[in-house]
Amino acid sequence: MIEVQNLTKQYGAKKAVDNLSFTVNDGEILGFLGPNGAGKSTTMNMLTGYISSTEGKALINGIDILDDPIEAKKNIGYLPEIPPLYLDMTVKDYLNFIYDLKKCKLPRKAHLEDVCSLVMIKDVYNRIIRNLSKGYKQRVGLAQALIGNPPILILDEPTVGLDPKQIIEIRTLIKKLGKKHTVILSSHILPEIQAVCDRIIIINGGKIAADDTTENLTKNISTDHKLIARIDGPRDEILKTIKNMPGVVSVVADMEREAGIFDYEIEAKEGVDLRRELFKRVVARNWVILGLKTTEMTLEDIFLKITMGDDVVIKTKKNAEEKAAEADAKAEQYDEKAAAADAKTEEYDKLAEKAEAAEKKEGEE
Amino acid sequence: MGAIFRRELKAYFTSPIAYIFIAVFYIYTATYFVNTNLYYGLTDMSYVFTSAFTIMMFLLPLLTMRLFTEERRQRTDQCLLTAPVNLFSIVMGKFLASVCVFLCAMAIYLIYIIVLTSLAGSVAWATVIGNLFALLLLGASFIAIGTFISATTENQVVAAILSFIIIMAFYLIDMLAGMVQVEWLRNIMSALGFYSRYAEFSQGIFSIPNIVFFISTIFIFNFLTVRVLEKRRWS
Repeated sequence: MIEVQNLTKQYGAKKAVDNLSFTVNDGEILGFLGPNGAGKSTTMNMLTGYISSTEGKALINGIDILDDPIEAKKNIGYLPEIPPLYLDMTVKDYLNFIYDLKKCKLPRKAHLEDVCSLVMIKDVYNRIIRNLSKGYKQRVGLAQALIGNPPILILDEPTVGLDPKQIIEIRTLIKKLGKKHTVILSSHILPEIQAVCDRIIIINGGKIAADDTTENLTKNISTDHKLIARIDGPRDEILKTIKNMPGVVSVVADMEREAGIFDYEIEAKEGVDLRRELFKRVVARNWVILGLKTTEMTLEDIFLKITMGDDVVIKTKKNAEEKAAEADAKAEQYDEKAAAADAKTEEYDKLAEKAEAAEKKEGEE
Repeated sequence: MGAIFRRELKAYFTSPIAYIFIAVFYIYTATYFVNTNLYYGLTDMSYVFTSAFTIMMFLLPLLTMRLFTEERRQRTDQCLLTAPVNLFSIVMGKFLASVCVFLCAMAIYLIYIIVLTSLAGSVAWATVIGNLFALLLLGASFIAIGTFISATTENQVVAAILSFIIIMAFYLIDMLAGMVQVEWLRNIMSALGFYSRYAEFSQGIFSIPNIVFFISTIFIFNFLTVRVLEKRRWS
C-alpha cells in the first residue's frame, strides 16, 4: 500500500509536483497519466527515494520513505524512465549484482531463473547489455525491478520506444504482475493505461486533475450519445423514420460505405439510449441493420478535456460542425449548378426538337 | 557495499583502464628501481618510494574519474540510490574498489623487495614496511579526493582534471607556504602539504601525526562525497 500525503517538489520557483495526495491499495494497478513534464517522473522518483520531497510524505507499506529509506526501499521495485543498466556487464552479471545489491534472501539461481523466464530474457542471459536491442534492454530493466519479489512495482513509462509487438508483451506482463504486486505505471499513451490499469490518476502541471476508475472516468465525462448505424434500405425513408423517433436530435447520412447502403450518424438527447427502439423500427419496416456502434468519448478526448480544459473539446466540436456546415453549403452550390446545367440541357433539347421539326417541315415542303 | 565493490572492481578489469594504470605504474617505478637500486647497488629504496608521488598525482585521477560520473551519465545511480543500501556503503564500495586496483599496482614493490633481498641479503625492513604503509595511505587519500570530485560532475574529463588540480594544490601548498608572510596562514599551509609528510616516511620517520593526517583526509573526502550525493537528492 502506498499513501501519498501533500507531496510537493519545488525546483527553485517552479513547483514540479504540487500538493499531491492519493492512496494505492494492495493489488491495484494504478495508471499515472499526464503530458510530458506533468510531474510523473518526479513523483515516482520521490516515491522511490531517489529524490526527496520538499514537503509532504510518502508512506510505503506504512513506512515513510524519508524516515526509514532502507526499510521502505525493500518493498519497492523501480524501473525508471531510462533503465539503469550497466552496459559493460552481461545480463547474468547485472542481475546477480542487483540480487546482491538488494540483499535478496530468495534462492539465487531459482529466483533469477524465474524472473528471466517471466520477462522472457533467457535467450540473452549471457550477452553483454550494450549489444541488446531496446526491447531487451527494457525487459532487463524490468527484470531488475522484479528481483527480490518486491510487493510494490513502480514503472516509469515501461513501453516507451518499443515496437507494437513488444508493447503488447510488456502490457500482458504487467497485467500478470498486477495479480501479485501493487503496480504504479506511468505513461502518456492512453490506450496503454486503459488496457492495463484499474484506476487512473491524471496529473497536469504537478496537480491531480482526475482520480477515478477507468470505467467511471470514461462514463462521467462522456456527454456525447452518438450512434453510428449502417442500415440497408431506402435512404430518405430511413432518415425520416429515425428523425421521427423520440429523443433524436439529428441524423446525418453522408457516408456510402457499401453500394447503396449508408452509415447514419444519429445524435440523441443526453441520457437517451436509442439502440433498442431503432432496432425495432428498422425491423418493422423490413430493413436490415448491418452495423451499430456507439461513439463514446475516448480517453484521448477525456485527457484533452481534463488537461487543457473544456475549450479544446468544444472547439474541436465546433470546428467539426463548421466544417459540416461548409460542406453542406458546398453541396448545395453543386446541386444548384447541377440544376442549372439540367435546365440548360433541357433548353438545348427543346431547341434541337424545334430544329428537327423545322427540318421535317422543310422536307415535307 | 560488497556488491558495489565487486561490480566496480570487475568493471575496472573488464575495461582497459586498470591494466593501463597498473602497467604505467610498473614501468615508471621500475625505471627508478633499476636506475637507483640495481645500477648503483643501493639497498635504500626511499627514492623508489618518493618518486611514486609524481606518477600517482597523474594516474590516480584517471582511476577515479569515472566512479560517479558514469553512474550519473548512464542513469545507473537511480538503481543504486533506490536500492535498500545507504549512501555511505555506496561510496565505500567504490572507494575500496579503487584502492584495491591501486594495491595491485603497489604489489610490484614486493617484487622489488624480493629482488633486493636476493641480491643484497636483506633490506631495512622497518623502513620498507613503513613506506609501503605510507604509499597506501597516500594513494587512498588521492583516491578519496578523486571519488569526491567524480561525484560533483557528470563529465569524466572534467573530473580527472579537477582531481589533478586539487592534488597538485596539496602538493604545492607547503612549497608556497614559504612565501607567505602571515604566520598563522603559513602554518596552516605547511601543515596541509602532502609531499613533506609523505617524504618523512621515506626518511624512516614513522610519525603518528602524519598517519592521522592522511587517515583524516581519507575520511573527510569520503564524508564529503556522501554529502554531495545527499545534497543532490534535496536540491
